[in-house]
Amino acid sequence: MVTASVTGDVLLSKAMKQVGDVGDLWENQGIFRVIAKVLRHPLFSLGIAAMAIAFFALLFGLSWGDVSLIAPASASLTFVGNMIAAKLFLHERVDRRRCIAVAFVACGVVLLAF
Amino acid sequence: MTFRKYLVLVGVAVFGSIGDSLLSRGMKDIGTISVSHLQSLIVALANWWILGGIVLLIGFFAAYMTALSWADLTYVLPATSIGYVIIALIAKFVLHEQVTAARWIGILLITSGVGFVAGGPALTPLPEHSSPEPQREDEPELASTRGNS
Repeated sequence: MVTASVTGDVLLSKAMKQVGDVGDLWENQGIFRVIAKVLRHPLFSLGIAAMAIAFFALLFGLSWGDVSLIAPASASLTFVGNMIAAKLFLHERVDRRRCIAVAFVACGVVLLAF
Repeated sequence: MTFRKYLVLVGVAVFGSIGDSLLSRGMKDIGTISVSHLQSLIVALANWWILGGIVLLIGFFAAYMTALSWADLTYVLPATSIGYVIIALIAKFVLHEQVTAARWIGILLITSGVGFVAGGPALTPLPEHSSPEPQREDEPELASTRGNS
């Protein structure tokens, strides 16, 4: 579930970076052309497919695990996984500030379950 | 970062958390759905809470895609996780659920994490040594988006 979710986020992020700033495009080309451009992007469809797999994996996980364990654990691991994947595949510069932010949020999400 | 961009980030957090809360409220009306009776999911669509939740989650997705078009993934995810805090506050003050001490600490940690990342740049320039894929002719805006954070 974590793998599929991270894959989906990375693919969607990559697709939207290639599409460009939606705000600028909207002003220049109109909202419908922007939506069409996003929907036609192949990485966008792949990202949606990965998200769908993640959703069904979560449902499957919830069928054998406790919701108060599965939901925060997967959300928290997804945060950390996304940080590593963004550094590796999107070449984002993950500095100390962002590492601390992700660690804080991941721990916070786990604590919310108690 | 313009005011409008902050509004989009707030939209991601607010639409996502309230949308989830509405779905949760609606599914309490519907009750448990077993895998062998998936057709009852269609019935769930007739519930106003569920419909409202779906509309808000479409808004969430549009805002999320917009944010990803001009900000890093490692910026958008922590910055919009303030939605978890919104859900906890809705649970406490609207649904009157009990929020434990551990949850308050969690809320504090998430809020500080959001503060950390929101103070930094939204889009980091590509490192010099990496070679991004060749830019396509019809998408010149990528060059202008990168680097002007």
